[in-house]
Amino acid sequence: MSEKKLDLGSWVNDVVQHLLDNYSGGFDSIGGVVSGFSEGIESVLMLPPAWLLIAIFVGLGLWRIGARFAAFTAVSFILIVLTGFWEQTVVTLGLTFSATLISLALGIPLGIWAATSERVTTIIRPILDFMQTMPAFVYLIPAAMLFGLGRVPGIIATVIFAMPPAVRLTNLGIRQVNKEIIEAGQSFGCNSRQLLFKVQLPNAMPSIMAGVNQTIMMALSMVIIASMVGAGGLGNDVLASIQRLDIGLGFESGMAVVLLAIILDRITESFGTKQTEKRNSLISWVSAKLQRE
Amino acid sequence: MQSGKIVVENLYKVFGAQPQEAIDLLKQGWSKDKILAEKGAVIGVSDVSFSVEEGEIFVLMGLSGSGKSTLIRLINRLVEPSAGNVYIDGQNVAKLPKKQLIDLRRRDMSMVFQSFALMPSRTVLDNAAFGLEVAGKSRKEREKRAMEVLTQVGLDTFAHKFPHELSGGMQQRVGLARALAVDPSMIIMDEAFSALDPLKRREMQDVLLELQKTHRRTIIFVSHDIEEAMRIGTRIGIMEGGKLIQVGTPQELVDNPANDYVRNFFDTVDTNRYLTAGQLKADSVPLFVHNGKAPDAHTVSQALQALDKHYAFIVDENHRFYGSISLEKIALLVEGGQTRGLDHAVLKQINPVPEDMPLDQVIGRLVDNEGPIPVVDGKGIYCGAISKGRLLTRMQGE
Repeated sequence: MSEKKLDLGSWVNDVVQHLLDNYSGGFDSIGGVVSGFSEGIESVLMLPPAWLLIAIFVGLGLWRIGARFAAFTAVSFILIVLTGFWEQTVVTLGLTFSATLISLALGIPLGIWAATSERVTTIIRPILDFMQTMPAFVYLIPAAMLFGLGRVPGIIATVIFAMPPAVRLTNLGIRQVNKEIIEAGQSFGCNSRQLLFKVQLPNAMPSIMAGVNQTIMMALSMVIIASMVGAGGLGNDVLASIQRLDIGLGFESGMAVVLLAIILDRITESFGTKQTEKRNSLISWVSAKLQRE
Repeated sequence: MQSGKIVVENLYKVFGAQPQEAIDLLKQGWSKDKILAEKGAVIGVSDVSFSVEEGEIFVLMGLSGSGKSTLIRLINRLVEPSAGNVYIDGQNVAKLPKKQLIDLRRRDMSMVFQSFALMPSRTVLDNAAFGLEVAGKSRKEREKRAMEVLTQVGLDTFAHKFPHELSGGMQQRVGLARALAVDPSMIIMDEAFSALDPLKRREMQDVLLELQKTHRRTIIFVSHDIEEAMRIGTRIGIMEGGKLIQVGTPQELVDNPANDYVRNFFDTVDTNRYLTAGQLKADSVPLFVHNGKAPDAHTVSQALQALDKHYAFIVDENHRFYGSISLEKIALLVEGGQTRGLDHAVLKQINPVPEDMPLDQVIGRLVDNEGPIPVVDGKGIYCGAISKGRLLTRMQGE
């Protein structure tokens, strides 16, 4: 490394140290909430026997996509069970869901806010770029320092990495709603709350669902990496295979990740695109709920 | 203040940082282009005043960019006016607080859009019920009303379909139903039928005219199609460069266009089609009065020969049309030695036509009759005649 003229890194160290010295109580309570939430989700997923959870996914595949995809789902999960990765897969699924739900809970409102204000968009955009392009491992260091090792820093780092698409696509979706549809809402006397819930959100739904899909996929890839700070799940096996140069273990655990990714991707994608064909879809259901309020 | 359902007074819309400055410059006589070049402000609507009467269809016409779409959005304040007033039933919408504006939109005005602007995730029924839902009506109440209006536009059997399952014309019927559902006294229609093919457009115009027959609403209709404007418009306002250049009935605009821009609109139109019997009539047929007894045959005969006419009309003492008589009939009468009265020779089966009868029907009547046909006003008083020669001269352009 050549000689440093400007030591940005040491400033960042100082900031993290400062946070650690002065606000550790705050981080502890955040950590407690995240930990409780994700443990709750994991225990719900652990509750049913393997066959029931598999049946639920197969059922979703059959309803949303079709018989062939349902068969693929069944075969994939059976393969995972047979290779002995079922438990880790469920842990990974739990981590992914926790991180996704937190990302959406933060990201969608932020996206809505950004859609209403040019200034918010201008401020948020570089931050989102930073969050998305910074090598994912880098978050793990401060996360581990602030929250200790384990699932919490893993989920926090995953949320940072996976939230941007939810913000971006919510913002984009709302901004792209046809101008005359917005005018229709206004001309019939919508107030701003009605305009958001009856016009903007339902019409932005395909884009928001695409954001949800991307958030899930990014969360899945990040929770694997998060095993480096001890988040657990399939990532542990991937990490172990690297450390031991065990190609066989690497293949088996990697394949479980890939299969899980495909299944999650196709199912969540179907909620975004098949809106018009399937009336009883989640979107109609969600918009119906929103509209009823 | 003028009277009328909608009164627009010195309305301006400037898109730019300093609207007031731009308006002041406009008043000093700066041109729109100069203001854009030097101040960077776009003049959308410039000093427009007009009024729309209760129950009329007022058509705003102009080329794209003439400010007609902006103008109608200033009326329901989808666009904030920069200066000026818009009175609806005497209430100044331009100065209305937000809450009352929302109330007014929910209660008494609605809008139909060029792109239909239906919500794709809602059924036809839920789309039609949208305004009522926003206004907080119960599900039962709004669905009942939505079904009523869907029936009016002929879509009741499609209530549970989604918009994308419908053709363009049908989608705009839903747009119309949505606008009617709140039972507004005024509807703003922005190029509502422009996206439809000509046949469908005509069909929708008929639907609109039919609806107006049963329940007259005040309608402001933006169009760039002159045929459409002449067909449905009670009056037409022509816009150019943000200004309202001329307002008048279709016939007034055809007869006295304010400038070449207005005249150009009518160039492509066969304006003769819009002529009425009242405009075609002339004083070309000699008139005799039947006051209890018919005029004398000799007098009539001599008068006709002197005037070189073949036909005469006879009216009663109240100037109502009584009958027509031809020179040949009189000649036969005289040859037969009967010179007293003309009663036997008077043709009474000829029916007078009302002044507002359109050209195509007048032609039909002329074809059925040998001679000229009489025209009467709304009270049945004779007011002129149309002969075949007269019609051809008038159509050729006097």
